[in-house]
Amino acid sequence: MTWAPITVDATHFYLQVYWWIIIAVLGGLFLLMTFVQGGQTLFHVAKDEMEERALVNSLGRKWELTFTTLVLFGGALYAAFPLFYSISFGGAYWVWMLILFAFVLQAVSYEYMNKPNNLIGKNAYKFFLYFNGVIGVVLFGAAVGTFFTGSNFSYDPVTRILQWGTAPDGFNLRGLEAAIDFKHGAWFNLAMGVLLFAMARILGALWLINDVDNNEFSELIERLRGTVKRCFIVLLVALLVVLFGLLTMKGYAYDIHDPTGKVYLEDGKYLHNLLSFGALPLIVFLIGLVLYVWGVLATLKGSNKGIWFSGLGTVLIGIIVISIAGFFGTPFYPSYADLQSSLTIQNSSGSKYALMVMAWVSVAVPFVLGYIIWVWYQMKKGGPITKEEIQDPESHAY
Amino acid sequence: MNVDLTMLEWARAQFAMTALFHFFFVPFTLGMSFIVAFFETIYVKTGKKEWKEITQFWQLIFGINFALGLSTGIIHEFEFGTNWSTYSWVVGDLFGAPLAVEGIVAFFMEATFAAISFFGWKRVSKGVHLASTWLLAIGSNLSALWILIANGFMQHPSNEFGFFNIETSRLEMSDFWTLIVQPVAQVKFLHVVTAGYTLASIFVLGISALYLLKGKHKDFAKKSAAVAAAFGLISSIFVAVIGDEHAYEVANTQPTKIASAEGLYVGEKGAPIVAIGIPKNLKATEVTSNEEGFVFKIELPKMLSLLGKRDPNAYVPGLKDLIEGNEEYGIWPLSKLAQIGKEAREDLFKYHEAKKAGDKAGMEAAKADFYKVVWEDKEKGISLTKADLIGYGYFANSNVSPDLIYPPVPPVFYAFHIMVGLGFWFILLFFMSWISIVKGTFENNTLVQKLAVISVPLPWIATSFGWMTAEIGRQPWTVFGVLPTAESVTPIALQNVQATFFLFLTAFVILGIAELKILFTVVKSGPKGAH
Repeated sequence: MTWAPITVDATHFYLQVYWWIIIAVLGGLFLLMTFVQGGQTLFHVAKDEMEERALVNSLGRKWELTFTTLVLFGGALYAAFPLFYSISFGGAYWVWMLILFAFVLQAVSYEYMNKPNNLIGKNAYKFFLYFNGVIGVVLFGAAVGTFFTGSNFSYDPVTRILQWGTAPDGFNLRGLEAAIDFKHGAWFNLAMGVLLFAMARILGALWLINDVDNNEFSELIERLRGTVKRCFIVLLVALLVVLFGLLTMKGYAYDIHDPTGKVYLEDGKYLHNLLSFGALPLIVFLIGLVLYVWGVLATLKGSNKGIWFSGLGTVLIGIIVISIAGFFGTPFYPSYADLQSSLTIQNSSGSKYALMVMAWVSVAVPFVLGYIIWVWYQMKKGGPITKEEIQDPESHAY
Repeated sequence: MNVDLTMLEWARAQFAMTALFHFFFVPFTLGMSFIVAFFETIYVKTGKKEWKEITQFWQLIFGINFALGLSTGIIHEFEFGTNWSTYSWVVGDLFGAPLAVEGIVAFFMEATFAAISFFGWKRVSKGVHLASTWLLAIGSNLSALWILIANGFMQHPSNEFGFFNIETSRLEMSDFWTLIVQPVAQVKFLHVVTAGYTLASIFVLGISALYLLKGKHKDFAKKSAAVAAAFGLISSIFVAVIGDEHAYEVANTQPTKIASAEGLYVGEKGAPIVAIGIPKNLKATEVTSNEEGFVFKIELPKMLSLLGKRDPNAYVPGLKDLIEGNEEYGIWPLSKLAQIGKEAREDLFKYHEAKKAGDKAGMEAAKADFYKVVWEDKEKGISLTKADLIGYGYFANSNVSPDLIYPPVPPVFYAFHIMVGLGFWFILLFFMSWISIVKGTFENNTLVQKLAVISVPLPWIATSFGWMTAEIGRQPWTVFGVLPTAESVTPIALQNVQATFFLFLTAFVILGIAELKILFTVVKSGPKGAH
């Protein structure tokens, strides 16, 4: 079956593009905010109780923002590309359920871990945070990987019946096949998961190096620098695999002017995407990469400002990765089972009216970003996290 | 579409479970965030240290609860996709927007200013801190507004703000502003938030009374109780007043819900409310009189007509009328609605088949029939097309019993009546407490204190039953009259839904017990030893 683009209305198309930009920016910001998840996997770096509490308190003030960014990322996809929301969440059921489960556990852990009588003990909550940091990020990365490698689904646009997997009643992994089906790019999905995890872990360490008092916790800071170095090697390997995949794999493509919206495979599709618009995506991607590496190298040389460079770099990288998955005539959620079921920003979007309304609402976004930055600055200008603050009974410290 | 009905039940159970768990924490957040803001305002105005202590103690309790509210909330949003993917597909264009707005305008406000409110006591000025505490409260309540606008749409979808688009085979938005201000949603919002204020007030009043009974933290308890009683009294009266308005809206938009809640099988003029009763679980198609429906009942005559239609002698349709129709009052039989819905579905398929074949004339013909007006009220300027009734096509299946058009009577009846009864008790409790506080006798009035302590769990029962009335009462629809629940669920094998059900149940039970243990420990150690 073919699903032609819902409309060839230009305004509708520009709104779809606009919303995919917002999705890309939100995705980039979420990647930045995964420094919380990355930091949660660094508890073993702390050698005593005080160091551990410094870690928990530094991350514990930011986790809600990450959580909220994820929720908004989901909400924006729901509003702007409801068909994607329906097919991906309902189809790749277990991937999303496990990601959600990891976030459910995270949400209580900071608040409860250092409270007396917390039923399951501090270590259980530490494990929850670790679980969230590893599973949440790796699976999210693998899910992003399927934006390029595709998934196993088909649907009927009239009856709205979704079919996921080959045998409806047989053994069906509901999304987890993305990690084991090597014929359909599991290696790429896994490399993407590892890449995101390494990025998050490095960001977590960079954040802690910046946010925790460097004099009082000098040993912790040094050990965190060691972590950055080791993770950076993992990151480079994963990055090479991902880049190799992106540049060599056959990509999914369609012509945005073709009223039937027919999807086909194209050699070097994602390389073409990077080189479109006068290679602008490639340039921004490289700037992001340089900033990221700059932040890491500066930190290894003793700076504690690395997070700002690497953080900005992460946002840029995230924006480009999501952009090349959906722009330039690329189905962002392709199906390898039935090419014509692939989702594009055109055939999966909300109606023109709904997108327009939401576009007006999105005017509030800079305002929201503004107050987040203001609050962040207000909280940061009082200086880094110190032992005194952690022990202060009036500080709501964890 | 063939849906595994057992799986459907499990998917419903899973959603109900997460909704109920989530709603243990939400109303507390809605009310407590304001109560904390009141305390902090008094602290900033008076500059007295004891008010800061009061603020920080209740904020600590707020934080413990807030965490689990977020935890249970995130699944909620995504469950619309994972377990109700067809629903999301059909209504995403309308339903996704309020959810996204909630994220943009409310969640970030909550999360951002919570950081200052919790951790900023020494990092920002008093004024900025107070403003943040207020913004946290406003943010929480704003998020309730948006999610209840979304829920209001499910309760009362109207062609004033949406329509079924034959081209895309889904509902699409046509007027966002009307969606926001539709009375069903607004009344629901006010009812839910004020119920939250009542719940939090009872909690603060009850814990304060507990301290007084034990002779501990007397000054702290008296001050907390005074604020809670005043806030609670106003809120609980408002809940009842707006609840009446809510029932009126329901009676006029969801006749099956109100008839089930009152066990009304045969429509009547001057219909009564059953004050107390034991309903039987009967099939409306087999019932011949309202007397059969109850083991025993005590009625308040004409009250249902008054409540639902604002006229003591007005006619209220019963479940039987809603199935068999009632010509006298212009109620169509279900079979007629089902036939129209079936025709709408056929038009939809014809349209897409014609489109595939490139048959433009066929497309136009199918479309014209699809949007044909089948009912019209020229005076009010409202009309219904076949497309509006497409959901009823589900009842044209011979294996779908007409008795499935309304929810099971006993659970809706009990949930509704217990909620209402408790609501009146809360008003009485706050009234007694407030009087004795004004008179200055609260400190020694152990009767009122004991009543307040015993009442602490009751508002949780009331709010949960309120939601059960609303959501079980909406069955068999996810979007009332438009999308049947059985056609909303994700097509997936049963085992997946069962496994995730138990996964989340286990997590929620463990975390819920942990929360209660931490809470009891904090309450026991009192304001001084709180941190």
